[in-house]
Formats: sequence, structure tokens, C-alpha cells
Amino acid sequence: MMQIRISDDALAIACGANLLARAFAERGHEVVRTSSWGMHWLEPLVEIDGIGYGPVEAAHVDAILGGTADALCIGRIADHPFIASQTRLTFARAGMTRPTSLDDYAATGGWAGLERARALGAEAVVAEVTASGLRGRGGAGFPAGIKWNTVRVAPGSEKYIVCNADEGDSGTFADRMVMEGDPFMLIEGMAIAGLAVGAGKGFIYIRSEYPHAIAKMQAAVQLSSAIVAPFEVEVRVGAGAYVCGEETSLLNSLEGRRGEVRAKPPLPAHEGLFGCPTVINNVLTLAAVPFVLSQGAQAYADYGMGRSRGTMPVQIAGNVKHGGLYETAFGITLGEIVEKIGGGTASGRPIRAVQVGGPLGAYFPPALFDTPFDYEAFTAVDGLIGHGGITVFDDSADMAKQARFAFEFCAAESCGKCTPCRIGSVRGRETLDKVIAGEASEANLQLVADLCETMKFGSLCALGGFTPYPVMSAITHFPEDFGLRMAEAAE
Amino acid sequence: MAELNEILRAHGSRQDALLPILHDVQAAFGHVSEVTIREIALHLNLSRAEVSGVVSFYHDYHRTPDPRPAIKLCRAESCQSRGSEALAIAAEKVAGARVRVETVYCLGLCSVGPNAMIGHEVHARLDNGKVAALIGAL
Repeated sequence: MMQIRISDDALAIACGANLLARAFAERGHEVVRTSSWGMHWLEPLVEIDGIGYGPVEAAHVDAILGGTADALCIGRIADHPFIASQTRLTFARAGMTRPTSLDDYAATGGWAGLERARALGAEAVVAEVTASGLRGRGGAGFPAGIKWNTVRVAPGSEKYIVCNADEGDSGTFADRMVMEGDPFMLIEGMAIAGLAVGAGKGFIYIRSEYPHAIAKMQAAVQLSSAIVAPFEVEVRVGAGAYVCGEETSLLNSLEGRRGEVRAKPPLPAHEGLFGCPTVINNVLTLAAVPFVLSQGAQAYADYGMGRSRGTMPVQIAGNVKHGGLYETAFGITLGEIVEKIGGGTASGRPIRAVQVGGPLGAYFPPALFDTPFDYEAFTAVDGLIGHGGITVFDDSADMAKQARFAFEFCAAESCGKCTPCRIGSVRGRETLDKVIAGEASEANLQLVADLCETMKFGSLCALGGFTPYPVMSAITHFPEDFGLRMAEAAE
Repeated sequence: MAELNEILRAHGSRQDALLPILHDVQAAFGHVSEVTIREIALHLNLSRAEVSGVVSFYHDYHRTPDPRPAIKLCRAESCQSRGSEALAIAAEKVAGARVRVETVYCLGLCSVGPNAMIGHEVHARLDNGKVAALIGAL
């Protein structure tokens, strides 16, 4: 009897991992379901004594067991260049532990951060997080320590920790992988946050499109309740509204209201959930905290560049050969990620564009591939890191259609509270339809640029405010798709 | 009605129970009816308009029942880059009027698309043949 390790991450399951697990079990082997290593093109990945096989289909099972599956063998998984070249702080356990096993978690350094936090006390914990340089991983990049301190010193007997797990950006899956692969780490991070600011309760708001993450988190919350007590954690499920990933909209949703954006101020740190001071952080932010506390702020700050400290779990997605989760220190260039690590497109055609930061992120042409992964460097080229998702498109992509989709998506998901977003997205889509039909392209694109200016500065939140990024970057970097080259040639 | 009362009892009567209640109602009855909205409003001490407003805001809640089996196809950017738009056309053709083809924006499986979800079951690396088989089995 051999021990067969197969991930039970939703992505592995979607690729057939459950069927495979059953096939090995039926042949009398012990199947251990672990988190995913994050090499998605190899899922379902089968691990036997540290050696990996992938992507495996049920028909391969006997060959693997009989030792005749060399074509599928990738050698020792930990030595695979995709894994060996990463700096895994947040994803240190990825592929190695059983997600909801308290034993596995404790045996791999789990709860050490919480233990140290309890010894340090609130003020010192906040100082530690501040010193680590950890910035909000949801997209805005706001320093976590400063946010925590604001809540810590805010008056009020009731305070809350809210974990934003409404990961709706296409091209991102790091939150999902944390929740499905290492749920106790997130709970530990929340408990540390609770201790630091004096909050007794935390909510994890998970989107309904993630049923596997919801089930894992609910199980983990129950299993760990005595360990994090008196801190309490509750899982809440979203209802299919993208805009609820915006923090104030998420708070309204948690309170049982329409997920409409709230005007700021007041900041959630002053008046958040139920009107109480609230820390609202992304999954990756909170998941980085146990490392910061157990290894010390300096150990985290030692990684990164400029004001972007630590690591970013980059998500390589879309039409890419080697897609998956790649955690690395800030500073790596976009081109290295897409071409060297991602291996170019899955279709084998040339890369046309990559969208960084989800549906509200800019499209980058290969000419900008030397941009380093860093909050400030991306801002300098009119883009954003967002949640660290990268979607690759090959040369069959029509960038005018992608720009139109950005408006269409904004129109579908707008909460309707502010006019630039609600109306602007619809008018933008209509105007781009005219451009696509070849109707007065230049004049209409001028209108689109004006509209984007209004949306960028007049919208209440990032949905309307950032939709101009994909639209304008597509127009700027790929003018030929908007009929502009033809117009110039005619002059 | 007994089932609705059970759902209401299980969630308490604070306003923040509204979404959890609606999730259970949608799952149990396949939609959120006018009568149900009235009962929920009464239970949470809210106006019917407030409850209706929440029901209409979220994509997951439906006011009218649709008993057809459904498949959710992801049509967000990452799946687009891997051919979801052509797949959606093929899926609609196979589905006809018998199966509902819904759009979902992102299932978080963005490196192995095009993807779909049926109930809580996820499927990746779809092509025309695979999606036709999934729809046929519904």
C-alpha cells in the first residue's frame, strides 16, 4: 500500500481530482487529500514519496502504480523550478498539509504567531505589523499597521475584524487557495488582529461562487474555536454581487442591506460594521500576519523593494502555459512572470496583452514587460497591481472588445449609488459600440476619454473609478484595434 | 410555510440575518416569492420595500421560479482569453429551452478555463464536447 497525495482544492477537483482519488483508493492505497502546490497546469497532480505526476487522468492510474508513467513524472515536486524559485511565506504550507488538520497546522508552526501576539500585547503587535511594512493586499495597498492602530485607539467597546474574501476579480484565486488550503492561517491572522485592536468578533465574507472555500472555512472555524477563544469567527456568504468586494459595500451586505457603497468619511476604522470601529482586510493581508508575528517584522520586511515590502502571491492566469500561484518578493518584472515563469501562452501564439489586477486593471502590451511588480512602479505606468492577478491574452484578442467588456461588466455590477459609474458605464459601452462599428472613431474615442476622466474622479469607489484603467490602457496601447491606425493612414 | 418558519427561527431576528435567510429561502424554494418577502419583513421588523430591495440587488436571489436545470458558465476575462465566448454560443445551442445557461463572473479557477459550475460542482478545461456532455446529463 502506498500513500498517494492529491489536492482537494476546488481547481484540482474541477480538473478531476476526486475521480482520481477514488481510483487510487479502490486499488487499496491510502489517499491523503492535501492543499494544492499551485502548479495548476499539472492538476490533478499526484504525489508519491515526494515525486509528482501530472496532469493525471483516471486512465493513467495503473501506469503510475506500475512505475511506467515516466511521461507524466515531473520529478521531486519541491525541486520543480516553478516551486523552487518562489519565496513562499504565506503559501509555505501549500501542497504539504491537509487543510483542515489541526495536527498538520500545529506541526508546521501554526499558532506560533498568535502565541507571540498574546505575549506581546496589543500595542506591540500593532507596532510589529507596522514595522513589517505589510500593505493591504486587496488592491489599495494601504499600510495594515496604520489601519490597525486607527481601530486600536478608536473609542468604542465593540470592535470588529472583517475579512474580505469576496475575491471577484477574474485572474485571481489566491484568497480561495488560502481558504481551501490553509484556513487556520487565516483564522490565526484574524485572531491576532482581534487581539491587536481589541475586537472580540470577526466575520469572513466569502463569495457564493466559492462553495468549497465556504465549506473548508466553516469546518476550520469550528475546529479551532477553542484555540482562538475568546475571539469568535463567523463565516458569511455573499450573494453574487461583485461590488461587495468594495469594503463599505461589503459592510452593508454583512448588515443585511443592499451592497451599496458608503461615502467616506467616516472610514470603516472609525465607523464600520454596525457603526463600530472595524478592521477590514483582505484574506492575503490577514494571512500574512501569522508569519510577521512568528518570525518577526524584520523577517518579512527583508523581502521586497521600495515601499512594497514582503511577498506577493502572484496569480498567473488566462491563456498561459504554466498558470498557477507564484509567491515572490516584490520587484520581479512583469515579463519574467509571464514569459519565464508562465512560459508564454497556452495556445502557443504570441502574447498580445496581459491584464494585471482583475477587471479593473490595465492591459499591458509586451513593451511594458520590464515594469517591476511594485505598487508605485505600476502606478507610474497607469496601472495597478490590484490583488496580484495576471490574465494573459494571445494575439487573437480583440482589445476593443475587451475595453467594451470592461464597461459592460461595470454596468452589470454597478451598485447604482453614484452616477458616473451607473450611467457612465452604460454610455461608455454604447460609445465603444459605435467605435467598433467604425462610426466617427476619433470623435467617439475622445468622448470615451472624457467619460473615463469623469468616472475616475467622480465615482464613489473603485468599480467606477478604476474601470477607466482597462478601457484607456486598451486604447492607448492597442490603438489599431479601435480603427485609429486606419484613420491615421487616411490622413 | 412550515419550512419558512423553520428558516426564520434558525436565524434570529436581527437585520444582519437577512442574507443568510434569503440564501436558505432561495435554496429551499428556488425563488423568493412575494408572500415570503412579507413574512421575512415581518420577522425582521423591516418594511417589505427594504427586503425587496435586497432581493433585487443580489444576483443570487430570484423573484420567480425557474425549475429548469442550470449550468453557470464563467465568462470573465481569464475564461474569455481561453475561449469562453465561443463555448457559450455552443452551450446555448445544446441547452436549447430545456437547460438554463447562466453567466457567472469568475469561479477562481482562472488558469484552467473555460470553467463552469453546476450546483456546487466545478468543471474546468471545458471544450464544446465536454460542455455538451455536461448539459446533456442535466
